[in-house]
Amino acid sequence: MRVSRAFQLLSLFLLGGLMLAGLGGLRPFGEPADSRMDDYFIAHAQAERATNNVVTSIVFDYRGFDTLGEAAVLFTAVCSVLALFRGGVRG
Amino acid sequence: MKPMSVVVRSVFCVFGWFVLVFGAYVIVHGHLTPGGGFQGGAVFATFFAALMASLGEGAFGESVSSRFLSTVESLGLLLFWLLGLLGMGRTFFHNFLAGSGSILFGGSVPVGPNEGALATGGTVALMNLSVGMEVVAGLTLITVYMALARLVVPDGGERGHDR
Amino acid sequence: MTGSMPYVAVAVLFLCGLYMVLFEHNLFKIALGITVMEASANLFLVVLGYRSGGGIPVYTLASREAMVLPTPQALTLTAIVIGLATTALLLSLVVWAYRHYGTLDIQQIRRLRG
Repeated sequence: MRVSRAFQLLSLFLLGGLMLAGLGGLRPFGEPADSRMDDYFIAHAQAERATNNVVTSIVFDYRGFDTLGEAAVLFTAVCSVLALFRGGVRG
Repeated sequence: MKPMSVVVRSVFCVFGWFVLVFGAYVIVHGHLTPGGGFQGGAVFATFFAALMASLGEGAFGESVSSRFLSTVESLGLLLFWLLGLLGMGRTFFHNFLAGSGSILFGGSVPVGPNEGALATGGTVALMNLSVGMEVVAGLTLITVYMALARLVVPDGGERGHDR
Repeated sequence: MTGSMPYVAVAVLFLCGLYMVLFEHNLFKIALGITVMEASANLFLVVLGYRSGGGIPVYTLASREAMVLPTPQALTLTAIVIGLATTALLLSLVVWAYRHYGTLDIQQIRRLRG
């Protein structure tokens, strides 16, 4: 039992080592690859959409369709939890 | 859940309302400061979770019924979808209130760093309110139903799981 | 190496979540391990959008001209909400499993009974 547990831990550490070695292929921290779309959002969010908060204007206006899907997912999760616990709960 | 001690109950009864006000502030000012519908709704729903934890599960049933919360949640999602449909003159989710000068959040914003004015944002501010309603009602419903499910699950004596 | 410390933190958090899923025997702790792995994925999304010397992408009383990328933060908001929905359903299923089997130990829940 001890040998198999040691082997399991060793394989987990091996996976960790592979993940940390893969960090060498990433770009240096603080230099995004391509930021043309985000520069457009930052430059035009106040003129077109009249919001000071660029993140909120992206969530609700430039990419509002994704937020509609997300609200539907939250609604479905609430409906599923209510359906699972319907049997013995009143009110 | 039995009610907790008198210290916990008194602290909650005094300080719980600040959580409500802070949650409403984060929802309403979503287009000016970091925050918005989802974040403020989660802060608002922690008030109900703390209410159930400190005052016991019976305290919740007297104040708000679950049918009212279901109605509020459905209304929030319907309002969000309707606001996207109303801009259908040009495109789905078109911000038809931004900078138009109407009384509903219609002001325009000067370019560059400034102090934020509340009457800006257009449909973004209205969507914050509707999504906030939906998230508050949804999270409260999940909390209430999962806490009350303890009554129907038999206590098998599960104690002290170490592994 | 010290410049990429956020990525190391993401990897360590992911490995902690993976350890909890693989080596714990309590159903509740397995669900918590999945939540920790989702947190590491959200952290990775936010860390990808950093620009050196930038402030938050909000114009209200802004003090710096350069801003970090706002799009990964918007995507992370959606990912957090969907993770919440998944966790709620996972915990509800844990409650149902306890009601059916009477125990939370996965080494005793072996057969799929009707």
